[in-house]
Amino acid sequence: MSIDVTTATAASLAEALADGSTSSVEVTQAYLDRIAGSDERLNAFLHVDAEGALATARDVDARRAAGEQLATLAGVPIAVKDLIVTTGQPTTAGSKMLEGWVPPYDATVVTRLREAGLPILGKTNLDEFAMGSSNEHSAYGPARNPWDTTRIPGGSSGGSAAAVAAFEAPLALGTDTGGSIRQPAAMTGIVGVKPTYGGVSRHGVIAMASSLDQVGPMARTVLDAALVHEVVAGHDPLDSTSIERPVPAVVEAARRGDVSGLRIGVVREFGGEGFQPGVRAAFDRAVELLAKAGAEVVEVSCPHFSHGIAAYYLVMPSEVSSNLARFDAMRYGLRVMPHEGASAEQVMAASRDAGFGDEVKRRIVLGTYALSSGYYDAYYGSAQKVRTLIARDFEAAFEQVDVLVSPTAPTTAWKLGEKSDDPLSMYLEDVATIPANLAGVPGLSLPVGLAEDSGLPVGVQFLAPAMADDRLYNAAAALERLVDMPRLEEIT
Amino acid sequence: MSTTTTLVPFEDALTRYEPVMGLEVHVELNTATKMFCGCATTFGAEPNTQVCPVCLGLPGALPVVNEKAVESAIRIGLALNCEIADWCRFARKNYFYPDMPKNFQTSQYDEPIAYNGWTEVEVDGEVFRIEIERAHMEEDTGKSLHVGGSTGRIHGASHSLLDYNRAGIPLIEIVTKPIEVPGDKAPSVARAYVNHLRDLMLALGVSDARMDQGSLRADVNLSLRPVGTTTFGTRSETKNVNSFRSVERAVRYEVSRHAGILDAGGSVVQETRHFHESDGSTSAGREKSDAEDYRYFPEPDLAPVAPSREWVEELRATLPEPPAERRKRLQSEWGFSDLDMRDTVGAGALDLVAATIEAGTSPAAAKKWWLGELARRSNEQGVDIAELPITPQQVAQIQSLIDAGRINDKLARSVFDGVLAGEGSAEEVVAARGLEVVSDDGALSAAVDQAIADNPDVAEKIRGGKVQAAGALIGAVMKQMRGQADAARVRELILEKLS
Repeated sequence: MSIDVTTATAASLAEALADGSTSSVEVTQAYLDRIAGSDERLNAFLHVDAEGALATARDVDARRAAGEQLATLAGVPIAVKDLIVTTGQPTTAGSKMLEGWVPPYDATVVTRLREAGLPILGKTNLDEFAMGSSNEHSAYGPARNPWDTTRIPGGSSGGSAAAVAAFEAPLALGTDTGGSIRQPAAMTGIVGVKPTYGGVSRHGVIAMASSLDQVGPMARTVLDAALVHEVVAGHDPLDSTSIERPVPAVVEAARRGDVSGLRIGVVREFGGEGFQPGVRAAFDRAVELLAKAGAEVVEVSCPHFSHGIAAYYLVMPSEVSSNLARFDAMRYGLRVMPHEGASAEQVMAASRDAGFGDEVKRRIVLGTYALSSGYYDAYYGSAQKVRTLIARDFEAAFEQVDVLVSPTAPTTAWKLGEKSDDPLSMYLEDVATIPANLAGVPGLSLPVGLAEDSGLPVGVQFLAPAMADDRLYNAAAALERLVDMPRLEEIT
Repeated sequence: MSTTTTLVPFEDALTRYEPVMGLEVHVELNTATKMFCGCATTFGAEPNTQVCPVCLGLPGALPVVNEKAVESAIRIGLALNCEIADWCRFARKNYFYPDMPKNFQTSQYDEPIAYNGWTEVEVDGEVFRIEIERAHMEEDTGKSLHVGGSTGRIHGASHSLLDYNRAGIPLIEIVTKPIEVPGDKAPSVARAYVNHLRDLMLALGVSDARMDQGSLRADVNLSLRPVGTTTFGTRSETKNVNSFRSVERAVRYEVSRHAGILDAGGSVVQETRHFHESDGSTSAGREKSDAEDYRYFPEPDLAPVAPSREWVEELRATLPEPPAERRKRLQSEWGFSDLDMRDTVGAGALDLVAATIEAGTSPAAAKKWWLGELARRSNEQGVDIAELPITPQQVAQIQSLIDAGRINDKLARSVFDGVLAGEGSAEEVVAARGLEVVSDDGALSAAVDQAIADNPDVAEKIRGGKVQAAGALIGAVMKQMRGQADAARVRELILEKLS
């Protein structure tokens, strides 16, 4: 059988594996070779586990040969964001603080990947502790955008996005706290999904902001994303915020892809000022295609979405300041002795000073301030109220429509270093993605083509009510068939 | 900034000031597993053997609430006549300390599981009502062991060792509203309250409630105000007072200390203080320039706790008999006088006596041993009677040996010595120390013959019919046999031989 292993979709690889026309070892080795050939330029991987991936591949091949009934994706390799803990290989969170740390346990999502027989190629690059929209805040150097390696791949799951876009992996896991799956997916021309909050276990996912973080799939097609979604989603007793309900039928929805009669709401607040014309144009074309395919497109207003960034930058740093307190050099991770006979407090201070990068420190300081007595009500308290208002905007919108659409990000990928000195303009990149995290609803970014002005990928975001993730896959699968999204021919 | 404090004698202080107390008691629950993970909670295990990613705060680990701990918290709340929240959350109390793995403690804050309760304690026959502010759930911290210094404190230590076995063990913190009782009663009311909580926890079966092992820990808050005024003074918080007796002493000491400061025109510093068992004094804890800001916020990793009303009512039905009612019932069952009962309760021996009676001893005998022999020993050693290394079952065994005539009361004291010294069961101590009463006629007969030979005058009187004179010969035999003779049999032998 002639199947180009590294450019094939995960779904077709799964079929080829099932009918014996290829083996998991062959597929896994092809991806490892691809990584060896291109990752020096992309820096998408922080750690490649060739041995572990091939061991899984051999095991899957043997079990398949023995006639065992295997999971759909058994033998299809995957890359995992280095924020998700794994036994047998290091987990750094993109930080010097955890350099060389090998966790003694697997995240639930990793356990599920292992149980389903997906070889884990390695751990992908990210902004330190997932804090950033460009990957430039990685302590190990930025991952680069395969469409233009002078540009950022987005963030924080930039390594996962670059790896999937550059055919270094057919699939990847990312995490999304304010857009960290969807925005890099848009920047690199792939599909990225942030599931409903509580839909996928966070056990073993190094927490950035606990009430916002969510693990999700990154892939080159909507169906591939759905196949991963189905593997990792579902209730986990080790995560108290995990939802005890059946996983929405995402694979079925991704295969269906029918928008006729579907009510689609265009979010009025996203698309005007601050949005790059090329992005706006690609988005408008996509909406037209949906309408032509039979969707009922209306404009809806979500007036409180404009306060999303402000609320996010109070809630997120507050939780960050507490979640990252555990990195104190006492039990694991970097330990700096400032001088002979230093006290525990001095060791903690010196280690945190040396181990954390500037963006992490900035957010810890912001959050510590926002939670301080006397400021709590004005900052954290008000931000929680805004969250409620945003959730109500969603509820009202979903009374009128089945899904919402907007551009995923206001711009296409920018040059490395372009926004490094301007954190606020970087924060604004998440304007359209943040409301979903604040309200806990699912979102999906689909590549819809290249922007006329920059020639770089543009993503369209679909949003649905909580636990209606299947609606995202259905709508996106329909649009996927209609758009003209070119394949990346070579890394430039 | 420490200055020498003039201590005002307690009774003298009370002529000018009234104490107001607040008691915060931490109860370590006896759940099999920790508050937020599945680790074991066995006391005294090898350091860092009862830990996992969750209680070590490893990156990515998440807490899951132990439902058994919530159940215990609700039962404690109900036993303290509290309202039980329909919906409440945990919060994070943020501060850095090496023995706290996440550098925040997961604790309830402004939404306690139980609140607005009350309970009653009895002191010298008088009943005092204690209002309960709240009972909330939290997790314990690990333990730091400071090595290389002389005091075991961090000051002067060369390094510290950390044991996280205790980290994450469920605690219930029970906080009273201000306790305003007549000053002379304050120390004993404080003691009685903590003792009462221990009894309650044991009756509920939710905790070992052992102050010596730290599963019941009391913090004593105290302030003084001039007699006749109503505004509260500045309080001190004396931490980890580790015995009932110490609770009483800490109150007395702080009254004396505060009075000394106020008499001199000074003002009391609001601070944490440590209690010293050795001399009953307190000293200032680590100086804090400004009040610690714990930056509390609701714990986002945990779902709210929302006990259904049905569950709460089911748990209410499992509550043990309230202690006051139980005392009344036991008093009538045992036939104790009011004074007997007050002494028993006052000695902290009610449960010990009850358990001894349950093990087969008569109420009078149980009372005799606990309030006599054992109370005396606990006083001599300065420990609470419940902490003596003897169980009610062991006391009952000793009494059963007496009832069987195998030992007498005098020998029993040696058996107590042996059991308390850890020499084994009553039987084993009797055997090892050779304490059994001799009722073997051969040995006794020889001793009786010797006593008759040594005391011919007495023997003659008995022969003449003065049977009551036999006592002197019995005494002589006992002396020969070092107390180990069966007195009744000796008497029989004497009368046989001289009739």
